[in-house]
Amino acid sequence: MSNISDFTLTKLVAGIKKKDFTSQEVTESFISSSEKSKKLNTYITQCFDKAINTAKNFDKKKDYKGLLAGVPIAVKDLFCTKNVKTTAGSKILHNFVPTYESTVTNNLWSEGSFLLGKLNCDEFAMGSSNETSFFGNVTNPFGDKLVPGGSSGGSASAVAANLTPATIGTDTGGSIRQPASFTGTVGLKPTYGRCSRWGIVAFASSLDQAGPMTKNVEDCALLLQAMSGYDSKDSTSVDRKVDNYSSKLTEKVKGLKIGIPKEYRVENMPNEIDKLWKRGIDYLKDAGAVIKNISLPHTKYALPTYYIVAPAEASSNLARYDGVKYGHRSKGNNLFEMYENTRSEGFGDEVKRRILIGTYVLSSGYYDAYYLKAQKVRQLIKNDFDKAFNDIDAILTPSTPSAAFKMGDKKDDPVSMYLNDIFTVPINLAGLPAISVPAGYDKNDLPLGLQLIGKAFDEQTILNLSLAIEKRANFKIKLKAWWS
Amino acid sequence: MLIDKDTVKHIAKLARISLDEKKINNLSKDLSSIMEFIEKLNELNTEKTVPLTSIINASLRSRKDEVSDEKIRDQILKNSPEKNEEFFVVPKVIE
Repeated sequence: MSNISDFTLTKLVAGIKKKDFTSQEVTESFISSSEKSKKLNTYITQCFDKAINTAKNFDKKKDYKGLLAGVPIAVKDLFCTKNVKTTAGSKILHNFVPTYESTVTNNLWSEGSFLLGKLNCDEFAMGSSNETSFFGNVTNPFGDKLVPGGSSGGSASAVAANLTPATIGTDTGGSIRQPASFTGTVGLKPTYGRCSRWGIVAFASSLDQAGPMTKNVEDCALLLQAMSGYDSKDSTSVDRKVDNYSSKLTEKVKGLKIGIPKEYRVENMPNEIDKLWKRGIDYLKDAGAVIKNISLPHTKYALPTYYIVAPAEASSNLARYDGVKYGHRSKGNNLFEMYENTRSEGFGDEVKRRILIGTYVLSSGYYDAYYLKAQKVRQLIKNDFDKAFNDIDAILTPSTPSAAFKMGDKKDDPVSMYLNDIFTVPINLAGLPAISVPAGYDKNDLPLGLQLIGKAFDEQTILNLSLAIEKRANFKIKLKAWWS
Repeated sequence: MLIDKDTVKHIAKLARISLDEKKINNLSKDLSSIMEFIEKLNELNTEKTVPLTSIINASLRSRKDEVSDEKIRDQILKNSPEKNEEFFVVPKVIE
């Protein structure tokens, strides 16, 4: 028998139910692989002792009803977990212990899962390489010195390296899909409103959405089902029935119409990405889908729009970190000095940059020129998608303009770092669901992902199309655990 | 430079972040390159476009106007860096 930690989430749930192994054996297997993974720096907080105890109790009670019964899961350290430190990768929250549980993690625990630990991420989810965390860089298991992507970089590395059966991340401009693409894993950003944002450390509230990150599409459907749903505590969560994504999952996609947007063929795009995209088109044709060329004319304005909207919302959201109610506090001779020193010492460089950009675009005299302008362009971007979806069922694009890059390569040039999210950001602006599915390797044996974008609340169609691609791409992660 | 050093100082004050000279210099450069990137939006004529206000096509639910004090004062105070019985403590504001 192969190692338990190699198994998919779906196999683990089934295996526990069939008594092939116990919850305790599963938990011990992931703890053992996690303990040997220090070089990857995926964990900020480990809850291993408590996880073992929970697993032992589970094995005694034998309650197999939940979708995730008996399986431990580590989550991004952006989800508030009751009595477990929650840092958002920031010094300013280094000592914050929530007295409440986020709705989406609570949903997982209601389905029989329990917490394995809290995973590293870019500070306040601001970053595309996991190099902005106060707790250090995360390493991609595909190579020493390679970034795992961001901001859910710890989550992506942990799934790829078999340190957790699956995980949940958050995606504001690509923070689930880009690291999934960089690590050969599956990551889905649900429709805005599909999952509750209550209890998630806020970055940009009109864009943030939590979603599953898994080893394959089947697991992704299962985890999405477990975490989704309306929540009266989040006024933007939508009261709409959650589909049974798992039982409806099928690779039969014959007749579905797939749009190929010409604007995603960007300048200087590596030939390999273009080839991957063409291969994706061939896979879907082979599955019986119909390919249509489409246009999303405002695509090139998505990133500049995002870099007004997201920092503006972030500067408001992060105003709460003032050294009074929770988190880090610095000394000061008066209240203002205390605020200024606390925020100066507590926030890292990228977070400061974004707070300042946000403050600038919202400041007196600039609001109309920047924020209002951005909200108008955001409407145009949304209109592009609305129009396109009159004739098609989903859109296929690459997930990222390149494979994983080296640590330090883009760290000092914010704009070149932002360009990583060129294919993912428009989807957040339009509030649509999108998934990254691994579809091949580049010449350096680094994984590459394809992105499928769906209509609002039609996660099922993009899951089905991803399954059709997965079966044909026959992508396998072949990694020796060099880090252990 | 779109965002000169004085502008950085001004917005840093608004955002309550203290910065030393070196940081101010670096930020002036970084923020200017970000704003230059953002200026691309000026190519578009949006005079007649209605700005987006909500990404979901649903009106907000209203709830009953009921007091929902869950008696969680101690929980709220639990993470405060400095507290005194039932109050947050801050440096003196009024002389």
